[in-house]
Formats: sequence, C-alpha cells, structure tokens
Amino acid sequence: MRDYYNAPKMGWWERAYLPEILRGLSITGGVFMRNMARWMTGRKGALTTYYPEETRADYSPINRGKHVLTQRPDGSPQCVACNLCATVCPAKVIEIETGFDPEDVAHPTFPVQFTIDYSRCVFCGLCVEACPEDAIRMMPEVPSFPGADRRDMWLSLPELLTWNPQKDPAKPYPPKVAR
Amino acid sequence: MIQDIAVAIVFISYAIGVLMTFGLVLTWVERKQGAIMSDRIGANRAYLRIPFTQVKLVWWGLFHGLADGMKMLLKEDWKPRTHDQLAYTLAPWVAFAPVLLVFAVIPFGGTLRPAELFSAFPVVAEWFGERSYPLQIATLDAGLLVVFAFGGLAVIGAMLAGWSSDNKFSLLGALRAGSQMISYELVMGLTVLGLIVVYGTVDLRSIAQQQSGLLLGVLPAWGVFYQPFAAILFLTAAIAENKRIPFDLPEAESELIAGYFTEYSAMKMGLFMFAEFIEIAIIAALFTTLFLGGYNLPYMNDDGFALPGGLTIGMSHGLVLVTQVVVFLAKVFLMCSFQILVRWSLPRFRYDQLLRFAWRFMFPLALANVAVTVVAVWMIRSWGT
Repeated sequence: MRDYYNAPKMGWWERAYLPEILRGLSITGGVFMRNMARWMTGRKGALTTYYPEETRADYSPINRGKHVLTQRPDGSPQCVACNLCATVCPAKVIEIETGFDPEDVAHPTFPVQFTIDYSRCVFCGLCVEACPEDAIRMMPEVPSFPGADRRDMWLSLPELLTWNPQKDPAKPYPPKVAR
Repeated sequence: MIQDIAVAIVFISYAIGVLMTFGLVLTWVERKQGAIMSDRIGANRAYLRIPFTQVKLVWWGLFHGLADGMKMLLKEDWKPRTHDQLAYTLAPWVAFAPVLLVFAVIPFGGTLRPAELFSAFPVVAEWFGERSYPLQIATLDAGLLVVFAFGGLAVIGAMLAGWSSDNKFSLLGALRAGSQMISYELVMGLTVLGLIVVYGTVDLRSIAQQQSGLLLGVLPAWGVFYQPFAAILFLTAAIAENKRIPFDLPEAESELIAGYFTEYSAMKMGLFMFAEFIEIAIIAALFTTLFLGGYNLPYMNDDGFALPGGLTIGMSHGLVLVTQVVVFLAKVFLMCSFQILVRWSLPRFRYDQLLRFAWRFMFPLALANVAVTVVAVWMIRSWGT
C-alpha cells in the first residue's frame, strides 16, 4: 500500500457512510429542485444553449463567423473574381467561376459561381485579409447548418449576397433598391 | 363466476398497462431528470405530428420513449454465429417475465365493492351482487414469498444470456450478475424478516392494511417508522439487485462493453433494458407497500380518514378507490424518481467493494436488525400480556 501525502483522512462521520451518501443526494436533489423550479416558473433552468434555435449571447463582436459578399449600389457583388481568396485559403474551400463582361469597363470580370464549403472551412479569415476589393467579410454570427447531408453545407452566391446592411460606415452606399 | 373473470381481466390489463407505461416513461424520466440535475436540458426533440396538420406535440420530449421502442423494433436482430439457439432466445424472456409477475401480488388499492360503486346503475349492481374484490391480481397469503421466488428467477435470465451468447465479456458479466444478485437477494430477504415479525404476516394486503393504523398515537403506522433501518437496507439491496448504477458492475461499460447482454441487439436487448426499467417501478411499488403505507394516505383507511385526535372523516366508496389508486401511483412514481436520483448521484463501486459491502456490511447489519426487532417485539408482547 502506497502512502500518499494527500491521502484523504476519513473520520468516523465519513466512515459511517450513510450520512455522506445522504449529503451527496441532497446536493444533487437540491440542484434538481432549483432547476425544476426555474423551469416551472417560465425561466431557463439549464446552462446549455438550444443550438440551432438559440445563439449564445457571449459571442465576440469581432468573431469570425459566416461569410458575406458585399454589394455595389445596384446589388451586384463587389467581387471581381480575382481568385486571391481561393488561392490564400488554407482549407481550399472557396471555388469561384469567373465571368467576363466587356461592356462593364470598370469591372470586366465578375463571379458566376462563388461557393464556400463550410464542412471544411477553418474560419481563419485569410480570405477577408486577401481581398483587394473588400468584397468578402465575415459576420459575428456563425452559419447555421445542422443538416443530414454534408452537401447541404455548401453556401453559394445567392446566400452569400443576402447581406444587405442599411447602414455601413465602411461603405456609405444608399440601401439597395429593387431592380 | 363471469363477474370474477371480468374483474380479473380488468385488473390484469390495468397492471400490465401501468407497468408498460412506467417502463416507457421512466426511460424518458431518467434522461430528463439526469439532465435537469446537471444543468442540462435533456431529451426534448422527439414529437408526434397530428396527421394532416402541422401541429407537433413535443410535450417536453415525452415521446422519446416511443422513439426508442420503434428504433429497437426496427433494428436488425443480429446474432453471434456461435450462440446457443435455445438459451439465447429464451434468456430475455426469462429476465423479463418474472419482473412482471411480481406485480401480481402487490395490492394497488383497497377493496372494490362493485355494487356500491355502480349503485347508480341497478343492472350492473345487481349483476355483481354482494361480491367484493381486493384491488390485487392474485390475493395470495404468501405474497412476500412469491415476490422473492420470482425475484430470484431474474438471475437465471442474466446467467443464460451471458452463457449462451458465447462471449467472454458476456460470461464475465453474467458471473458478476449471478454473484451480485444472489448476495443482495439474501440481504433483501433478511431486511424484510424484521417487517414480517412486526406485522405477523407475509400477506402484502394485510401488511398494507395494518399500516393505516396509528403508531404511538401520532405517527401513521408505516413500515418506515417501525423499521427505518430495514427500509434503507431494503432499498439499497433492491437497487443492487436491479444492477443499477452504484452497483452496475455486471454491465460496467468501461470494462465489459454491456455485460451479459453484449451480444444482444434490437428488441432482445430492449427487453433487458425494459425489464430493468420496469423493475425500478416494481421496487418502488414493493417499497411503497412494505414501508410507505401502501395505497393509503397517512391516517387513511378503506372508509375514510381517522385522524390522531379521534376525528374521523367518512368518504364515499368511489372517492376512496380513486384516491387509493392515485396515491399508490404517486408514491410509486416518487420512489422511482428517488432511485433515479441515486443513479445520477453516486459513483460506482469496485467489484470487491461491492461483494464486501453485501457480505461484511449489509448482511451483519440486517442480521442485527432482525435480532433487535425480534427481541423488541417479544418484550413488548410479553409486557402487554
């Protein structure tokens, strides 16, 4: 038998076994009663968050979550499909298909497809850093993707363009109007 | 004769319905109570959708038990290639059936007098005549003996399952289950001996009825006041007999995968689980009957309340019956909840601690309890005469 310097010393009260068992039961039972009273009075009696329905309140305002593509005043994506984000991406999750429009002299290239595979994205934010046009940004909210198929975790151009801020200090554009 | 059969059928279907409901609901209660005790939310996703509507009945996840049952029924019934055909098929039923049978001798209410209950319907009242039925499936004098006889059968199921599945883990689990259940059954029997001495009978109905009296003029004459020590020992031994968590060595997941039912899948495994959950209810019912005054509220008997001051309050027959049935179910549910509290609070024993606890701690204590009870009862009786 080894001697431990911090071996627990049990007195006769602990050795009697039953009082300590009852004490433990009263602690767990007390927690149950407290949480149950909270649930029954309409409050929340748990520390956990209902994942898809609830978002945690303690997200940082600079949390790197879901990607968005910023838009020009006419609603087209600001992205010029230069593929810098796709090149810098360490997880190689961004796929861009470039379209060419000779009519638009200022921005001749534009993305036809812009997909991000969230099943592999590591949320490092390098795409945001790399973008020369401030076309891609990350929101504090995390993407909500509980699904039965990993193919549901691909985010494509229409979803990425849903971001439509009414007021943005970095881009004081007027709000988007329906075309 | 026909009346007797009709009443017996009603009682049996009531008992089976109650036990199955308890088994199903307890699977959910166990998870939910454990979750609330540890600041979690718990099972709350399963729902029933009313057909042709979008109304989803979630009810705090109450239907998780149904979902579990469906899962077990629909799963592949996989068998190991070298299993013993007969014993392997028989084992879940041998483990399951005795648990249900025990309930046959447990009284779940007072005496039913159909003529008085249906006095508004003269045809029914006349058909039943003067008959009266105790709310109990089998009115046996040997109640407690039957309980222990059938309780002892469950170990055969565990042993058969472990041996026939031809797996070392299963066999180890079965051996552990065998020695554990036999040890604790002995303790359980000894603790109840004191109660038998006090009440002078093994008939559970008589024991329940004697508990509606008064003890020392104030306390209700419950078994837990006569034999507080035996009550604790009985509950501990019963939980150990049911192989639940402080004593769940036969199923120790970290060492034995799932113990004696490792090689069982689908509903056969479900039967073992179901037997365990129903046994929680059975233990609660037994504890209620033996120690908590059975189906009666404190100071209540078959005619109404008899309070300590000599005050009596009469109640109609129907009201008494409903009260007794509801009180019995409520007590059973509270005891189930207590067992689940124990399951989520206490850490598991080591195997040598487990058997030492039975033979060197609980067994002498139970013996001492019986000895003290016998001497006390003898002294009180001889002093009274």
